[in-house]
Amino acid sequence: MTRSAQWIYGWLLLLPAMALLVLFTHYPALATLWQSFFSTPKGSRGSVFVGADNYEQLVSDPIFWQALSNNLWYALGTIPASIVIAILMALWVNERIVGRGFLRLAYFTPTILPMIAVANIWLFFYTPEYGLLQQFLSLFGAPNHNWLGSKSTALPALMAVTIWKEAGFFMIFYLAALQSMSPHLAEAAAIEGASRWYFFRRVTFPLLMPTTLFVLVNAVINAFRLIDHIVVMTRGGPDNATALLLYYVYEIGFRFWDTAYAAALTVVLVTILALVALAQFVFLERRVHYQ
Amino acid sequence: MSALVYQPRGAVRGLETAGAWVLGFLWVLPLLYAFWTAFHPAEFSTRFALAAPLTLDNFVRAWAAAPFARYFLNTVVLVTMVLAAQLVLVTLAAYSFARFEFPGRNALFALVLVQLMIMPDVLIVENYHTMTVLGIKDTILSIGLPYMASAFGIFLLRQTFKTVPRELDEAARVEGCTPLGVLWRVYVPLARPTYLAYALVSVSYHWNNFLWPLIITNSVESRPVTVGLQVFSATDQGLDWSVITAATLLTTAPLLVAFLLFQKQFVQSFMRAGIR
Repeated sequence: MTRSAQWIYGWLLLLPAMALLVLFTHYPALATLWQSFFSTPKGSRGSVFVGADNYEQLVSDPIFWQALSNNLWYALGTIPASIVIAILMALWVNERIVGRGFLRLAYFTPTILPMIAVANIWLFFYTPEYGLLQQFLSLFGAPNHNWLGSKSTALPALMAVTIWKEAGFFMIFYLAALQSMSPHLAEAAAIEGASRWYFFRRVTFPLLMPTTLFVLVNAVINAFRLIDHIVVMTRGGPDNATALLLYYVYEIGFRFWDTAYAAALTVVLVTILALVALAQFVFLERRVHYQ
Repeated sequence: MSALVYQPRGAVRGLETAGAWVLGFLWVLPLLYAFWTAFHPAEFSTRFALAAPLTLDNFVRAWAAAPFARYFLNTVVLVTMVLAAQLVLVTLAAYSFARFEFPGRNALFALVLVQLMIMPDVLIVENYHTMTVLGIKDTILSIGLPYMASAFGIFLLRQTFKTVPRELDEAARVEGCTPLGVLWRVYVPLARPTYLAYALVSVSYHWNNFLWPLIITNSVESRPVTVGLQVFSATDQGLDWSVITAATLLTTAPLLVAFLLFQKQFVQSFMRAGIR
């Protein structure tokens, strides 16, 4: 095939996918940035250039800051816990444990359920007075508590749902990594007299690093992207205690229809995701050189 | 195979088995609870008695209270449409990146990868605007359109296509195959496991997707089950938990049954899709 034929084929094959990608990813990302410098059209008054007004509003908006800090706490509260539980699960179902098949199934099942269905089930689970959690705690004489209705426990209650949903998903990546590890490593370490914990700390865990990095990036993206359970369980309440960034975008954009301010908020969200991408790139580069 | 030398022994083994089972129990507990509530009369939804009678009444009431049949149909149409479009677009693009030399290839590939981080899920405000301009708001097409060119799929398939030996490609060309013929006769058949993995991940993603469909749809004719379930359980119709839980199980049943039947394929697909 001639060089120019290569070019034409390459471009033509790419064209349909690229057109849709540009239309629904690149264009909206840039348009959001552009819109964030304009006002929301109201009635007969069209959209006008307002410079950094939307960003000034954002800086002085306490709900934005709360949503941002909620989101950071949410990420911090869910990601390390999910990863630790996922590694434990993977180690367990990789061993010759009794009922391995069932356990693997039990750990993984939440992954394939829709978040919205999961949220419905957990909503009932957390219900004051009747919910299973309250019934269980009452056995120990704990007073009635509205888990999703009080500011101090609502976000942690949602974190538990996320950990429950994600740990099994991350488990399978660790399981795959464990299964591809050479048994000679363990044999050699055992001959050297390494303890089990020492072997995990100095051999298994470092070898799982690429998997951890992959899982970490996914978990961070999910922490900023998945808010289905918030819509169902708390609607950002009580008193914005569970408002995450994307939920706030949704509320501003589709309940108050302030599209310009929603655009400014989206820019912040996209910037965070871009920083994650950049961090991943830098880390991956280092890993490649390291090997 | 696992490292047999470091299998736990004795008391540690017992402790770990117990730990694994406690965790497993905690993990299935919400589901068991949902099943209990859905299959028993409302008065037993929070009371656990062995003698509680079983009933399908909650499912019957849920099915009658909302147009779930239509919601299911919408979801099936959505998932099929998205997958079909994805398979075609992703195959062509992956083939282009894997086997053609052209100016701008690396830059374009980097542009594709942008979507891995900045997904349509977060660009809701602007995409809603685009759908309004296109005049297709509140249609099944508008739910699926932003996801049809999938960076994840292009990436996954490009990796697979790159492992196809060049000799096979060249042999097919000597036999007189056009580039598209080679794609269809050589690359696509060899990438079958990747296609299966991608299809399962895509179907479960779009069956479960919620926020974007919630925003862009506004009628029974276009709502997928996830949104239908939310509309059903959020409107205060004096429904009790048993009916809502039954509806919840109903909407997840097809996926759950498919998963239980094809467990191995599901797990392997998710694994394959994650390892790059």
